Amino acid sequence: MTGTSAQPQQGAHRSAEEIGTTPHGPRPLPGLGDQRAAAELAVTDTVLGNGLRLLAVRKSNVPMVELRVHIPFGGTDPMHSARAEVLAESMLTGTARRDRVAIDTDLALIGSELNAVVGPEYLSLSGSALAEGLPTLLDVLADVLTGATYAEAEVARERDRLTERLAVARTQPRVIAREALQRKRFGDHPATREVPEAADVAAVTAEDVRALHGAGVLPSGSVMVLVGDIDPDTVVADVERALGGWDARASASRIEPVPRVSGADIRLVSRPGAVQSQIRLSAQAVPRTDERYAALQLANLAYGGYFSSRLVENIREDKGYTYSAHSGFDFTGDSATLVVDADTASEVTAAALLETRYELGRLGLVPPTEQEADAVRQYAIGSLLIGTASQTGLANQLVALADAGLGADWLTAHPGRLADTSAEDIAEAAIEFFAPSRFTGVVVGDPETVRRGLTALGGVTVDEQG
Amino acid sequence: MGAGELHRYRLDNGLRVVLAPDTTTQVVGVSVHYDVGFRSEPEGRTGFAHLFEHLMFQGSESLAKLAHFRHIQGSGGMFNGSTHPDYTDYFAVLPSAALERALFLEADRMRAPKLTEENLANQIDVVKEEIRLNVLNRPYGGFPWILLPPVLYETFPNAHNGYGDFTDLEQATLDDCAAFFDAYYAPANAVLTVTGDFHPDRARELIDKHFADVPARQVPHRPSFAEPRPGTEKRDTHVDPHAPLPALAVGYRMDDPIEEMDSYLANIVLASVLAEGEGARLQQRLVHSDALVSDINAEAGLFGPFEARDPDTFSVTAIHPADVPAQRVLDALDDELDTLASRPPEQAELSKATARWTAALHGENDRIVSRTLALGSFELLYGDPALIHDLPARIGAVTPEDVAAAAKALRPDSRAVLFVEPSSNSQNATHDTEGAQ
Repeated sequence: MTGTSAQPQQGAHRSAEEIGTTPHGPRPLPGLGDQRAAAELAVTDTVLGNGLRLLAVRKSNVPMVELRVHIPFGGTDPMHSARAEVLAESMLTGTARRDRVAIDTDLALIGSELNAVVGPEYLSLSGSALAEGLPTLLDVLADVLTGATYAEAEVARERDRLTERLAVARTQPRVIAREALQRKRFGDHPATREVPEAADVAAVTAEDVRALHGAGVLPSGSVMVLVGDIDPDTVVADVERALGGWDARASASRIEPVPRVSGADIRLVSRPGAVQSQIRLSAQAVPRTDERYAALQLANLAYGGYFSSRLVENIREDKGYTYSAHSGFDFTGDSATLVVDADTASEVTAAALLETRYELGRLGLVPPTEQEADAVRQYAIGSLLIGTASQTGLANQLVALADAGLGADWLTAHPGRLADTSAEDIAEAAIEFFAPSRFTGVVVGDPETVRRGLTALGGVTVDEQG
Repeated sequence: MGAGELHRYRLDNGLRVVLAPDTTTQVVGVSVHYDVGFRSEPEGRTGFAHLFEHLMFQGSESLAKLAHFRHIQGSGGMFNGSTHPDYTDYFAVLPSAALERALFLEADRMRAPKLTEENLANQIDVVKEEIRLNVLNRPYGGFPWILLPPVLYETFPNAHNGYGDFTDLEQATLDDCAAFFDAYYAPANAVLTVTGDFHPDRARELIDKHFADVPARQVPHRPSFAEPRPGTEKRDTHVDPHAPLPALAVGYRMDDPIEEMDSYLANIVLASVLAEGEGARLQQRLVHSDALVSDINAEAGLFGPFEARDPDTFSVTAIHPADVPAQRVLDALDDELDTLASRPPEQAELSKATARWTAALHGENDRIVSRTLALGSFELLYGDPALIHDLPARIGAVTPEDVAAAAKALRPDSRAVLFVEPSSNSQNATHDTEGAQ
């Protein structure tokens, strides 16, 4: 059989020890060479007549264009998230000029994909096309924004498909954990309604969706980002012409401010029979506009924000408790939070939580060394360069900044801010923001296996009826 | 970047090198593809190729454990590795100032990786967590890439689970690691690819400096993994404890992706005509007209196109409501394939597929990590990295008749059908009885 013939001959190979050494011996690590600065971006940042902010950047590595539209889409009605989801799923299913298939055909012929997704904060349209197809992409976009018809049959079908997808989503551990964390830290705030209830979705009508589109899909307060092989000067007139008919007096609805996150016991959410647990911790942070942000960003990297962080080196590379451990920022409105996540085998969940908390405390008390500070600065600056080297990466960065009311100048200036942040600044952010007492969170896992260890560890509310 | 400048050469130790300079960027991509994947791992050692990939990050003669990660990230870069049926790749993208450092790191582990008992035990634990995360603790884990091959294929290399069974992983020894490295990680069994912001002469100098003294070793004979196509329809059922809805995967054999590339390209266009976008045939029929499934997917290549040598799989997958019999889904699929086989598609349908492919390739070229990996894998599998620039034209040359012939070759009497069934208690989800606070 072919499989065994591929097996190396036993005994014919060197030992592991022989493989790991050469007569030459270890060699020195080469230094870094010269770095060319990132190219200047040709940026246009303007507000169109209908109130839409347009950020257009020429970046012509490949003959493509990336499009992002973020429409603030907050809502407090308990049915809002269900209606918004059905709207996003049905938005591209027909207009007065094009049916569902015609929309797809027009996009396909310019090598384009266009998708609509919605969350508690934004309705987002994102896509790309061959650069020569931009007029068609804008025409389809305008057609959908101003003339989506939400035909009864299309809405009914998308509602059914959505119900099936929700059933699948709600069995995903990461979705379960995210939902539990949102409830734990934000209570009943609309920000928690990231995945609507199937029963609510079933009650949404085409008329509901049309009404929501009319009241909520608005240019004023929204942002469009275009990055690619475009002329940023003429593109403004092109977009103005294409989207001139998208007009309204009211502004798009921003989400209500979320409550501040404060420290609390961690809740065990029971998922009987699970072979792995989800640890999710969170604390209040500061947004990009705060002068402490760069220091906090670097402190977070040192904690768990990249592979060479203390958390990953401890619970993955030293102890083997996890494949994935990470710490990052979550931005909602003007608020920012830290979120720490790790998925660990049930048997070591309590031990992994212990180490995760230990590293939180240690970051403030034994702050990052000069060497750690230098590594996270280099990483933050380098990953910004890499992240913005592609059209998609740059478009994603810009739309996130635009959501925060910032622009391309923030991106250009950020490497300087990072370079100017000292180890002392990072230590200060570490002790201020990473104190374990500031964190709340959840653990989702099999109660039979994890309850005893978590109870012994303390600071955990155990769901007795799990 | 356009057609893109390419340089190819070979060092005396047999290492193949692909250079793709591009000064429109300020970053570099460096990858090494080794010509061994999970199809080559021995029986009783399922998952070993992937486990070994993890060990290659654990240190080498000049680099302590953790040093590889720290040097890449501390230079502002990112890294990863991945194990495929026929190859294993290692890659980094960094600011261009760190080019020499990245070459040094790859050369050091190609020359003398430090394989230790402690790191092996640690990475077995990490890999088990990876498998729990991606397979055991979630719905549709391993669907279809782990579940479909044992139905479609008979022989161990093609049929087994490339992530590995826990019992096999736990039995892996340090001597297995040494044998695997010596057999498969020879320089002549690898491709080094460098893309981005550098001058080709300077890159050649640095590559010579760091790789030229990696000793040449014999390259193993690469076995054929060919096996006969199934002579009948083969069916199997997998019970998924987490899945809320049934699903099915249909697998067909394709012609040799390397030796019969035009036929393979026709399969790629066929997959697009069947399932890409709202106007695609299976979307219109199964998702909308008949409302049998909520989503459907068709793919030439179980891991996507141009990922494997022969044999490779054409797959159709869908999740469907419990009240829709799987047979109805299969019947509708067969009906659509029959229609395509007997009446070739309109040229307009093919134009859509071509335009989307062209755009997708531009997108891939724009991201330096995917450009680097594509150049490396085309060199390794096809001996021709320039293929990535020729693909739009070659996809565009596929005719309606080619697509009809590809559809005709997906025969119901020579395929595998895998049914995924929810177990009876899979609706458990969570019990968070305390409510919000």
